[in-house]
Amino acid sequence: MENPEKLLKSSGILDWLTAGVGRVLVSLIVPVLTFVVMWQGFIFLREGEASKLVTAVVAIIWGVGGVGLLFLMSNWLVEQLPELWMTRLRPYVFVGPALAILTWYLLLPTLRTLYASFFDASTSSFVGLQNYVFAFTDPKMLESFRNNLLWLVFGTSFSVIFGLLVAILADRSKIETVAKSLIFLPMAISFVGAGVIWRFIYFYKPPSQEQIGLLNAILVGLGGEPQAWLTLRPWNNLFLIAILIWLQTGYAMVLLSAALKGVPEELLEAGRIDGASEVQIFFRILIPYIQGTIVTVSTTILILTLKIFDIVFVMTNGNYGTEVIASQQYKQMFKFQHFGRGSAIAIVLLIAVIPVMWYNLKQFGEQEAF
Amino acid sequence: MSMKRQKLVSDLLVNGALIILCIIWTLPTFGLLVSSFRPEDDVSTSGWWTVFSFTREREGPRFTLNNYREVLLGKDMSYTNAEGEVVQASGDDLSTAFLNSLTVTVPATVIPILIAAFAAYGFAWMSFPGRRVFFVGVVALLVVPLQIALIPILRDYKTLDLTGTFLAIWLAHTGFGLPLATYLLYNYISGLPRDILESAFIDGASHFTTFTRLILPLSMPALASFAIFQFLWVWNDLLVALVFIGSKPEVAVLTQRLQEMVGSRGQDWHLLTAGAFITMILPLVVFFSLQRYFVRGLLAGSVKG
Repeated sequence: MENPEKLLKSSGILDWLTAGVGRVLVSLIVPVLTFVVMWQGFIFLREGEASKLVTAVVAIIWGVGGVGLLFLMSNWLVEQLPELWMTRLRPYVFVGPALAILTWYLLLPTLRTLYASFFDASTSSFVGLQNYVFAFTDPKMLESFRNNLLWLVFGTSFSVIFGLLVAILADRSKIETVAKSLIFLPMAISFVGAGVIWRFIYFYKPPSQEQIGLLNAILVGLGGEPQAWLTLRPWNNLFLIAILIWLQTGYAMVLLSAALKGVPEELLEAGRIDGASEVQIFFRILIPYIQGTIVTVSTTILILTLKIFDIVFVMTNGNYGTEVIASQQYKQMFKFQHFGRGSAIAIVLLIAVIPVMWYNLKQFGEQEAF
Repeated sequence: MSMKRQKLVSDLLVNGALIILCIIWTLPTFGLLVSSFRPEDDVSTSGWWTVFSFTREREGPRFTLNNYREVLLGKDMSYTNAEGEVVQASGDDLSTAFLNSLTVTVPATVIPILIAAFAAYGFAWMSFPGRRVFFVGVVALLVVPLQIALIPILRDYKTLDLTGTFLAIWLAHTGFGLPLATYLLYNYISGLPRDILESAFIDGASHFTTFTRLILPLSMPALASFAIFQFLWVWNDLLVALVFIGSKPEVAVLTQRLQEMVGSRGQDWHLLTAGAFITMILPLVVFFSLQRYFVRGLLAGSVKG
């Protein structure tokens, strides 16, 4: 990199000026060219007239290359500036794009949604707290709150309990790796895919026919009557929650297993020498030792249950008393086109996670290093 | 002797319980896989487990690839079933959806990682006014539910005429994935030894070259962890796709197609099972081949909004 002051001294003002003009010109041409190329790519993709595969390849190159180009260009531009401004501005080349996107996609939307939540369906006239009154009194919304509470309590606790159980069992078993992989596997499956898998398990056929759903086949095999599990109020909520537990136990297991392996062996030995039973060791030593991890795992799954949407959407679409907050929000937005109510419900979701946000910030504030 | 026996009994209990749990956890997926290879008539009249029963009076299990052909190629097709009737079926064209999913997922994974890595480096190794405030902002945004952004962003996209474009959904996934990506990568990059960077600066390297030549390669494990995380998240996402891609069938991704199939052919288990397996195959491959990195990413902290 050249230093502008040095240039000035060695070749005189005139030279510096022409060099400066050249620089300014190049500095303008490069971004304009970049912009033109990006814009052409955008138009090409928006029209979408090329064949599927070509579009896909162009889209991938354009998207990934475009971002790289953007960084390269902005860094190059900043390096053309005098030393002082370069040092001042360069950090923003690095953090700027992230901050801009976060502002556009999360920060501003939070404020705009808050604003819209005080307005009517099309955000044209002010309605005060009416949308919030709706959110807390509408029967469907009350049903959603009740169900989300079920999701939160049962989904979180059973995922953590099963995760802990598998972690402990696997730790003492020779088939640890295989067992953990199998329990962990559903983590890779989408909520929609899991929905199909479990709809098949819960599938109901009239008693006169042979059952092809696993659960009803077992029930009939044991001499029972087949049940339409997904319409069986209020238990159907628990059958939906079972899917979440199936998906999330692996996550809980991975974190808890790592935490358990961190418990010092001497501590357990000391407990055994003092005559503690395995049960006592579990509750008095292991659990307190991994408490922090249990909190982390529970919080993560808890947040997930608050926002649960896909499972309900695929399994019952919120019918038969299974509505949840996020599915209500989606319906208000897209089915009823009521942006005021949709926004108010989103704000309710945000308020629900504020304690977690506060806790995260407190934890972060305690890190002296930053 | 009795100690030994006690050990044997407890081993048996531990392994027995573990195996039972593993079977319960695996059976649903296994049943799906088996069913997806069975002919339509078999799937709709008998449970998938009968494939393994030899007590019945039947000519042995029959398997077919027809279900996959049908959901993938999606063209209307006709075939002759067991009773000799010609059956007409309209397809689901999941191969297009697969390509769309790939087109959505690859950039929606790479773009946030690139942007977050730059930002993480800036936060970790550069000083500038507002550094702490901005990073506190990133931490606060970690748990913000993305539902909060759907309506405003959708309005912006309408104004910009972006709805239904790939760019729209990449940017959305980038925005929603950035807080976690920045946070995780910051934790990793700020932990790299200081003297490596200092020696690079002494050699006259700029921040940009230090970042691209030194920090990015050194951060590969962290980048890989987050990449898997984001890949699975985007590939498996339904809500963001529903909102920003909407009902445009030519750009619809796999999860949308599968969800539509559940609505339109909720009883056609031979197709639903094959369709579901197609949506799962790539995540499962990624998951099994890169499980180590994925676990590492999870352990590094993973609260997502």
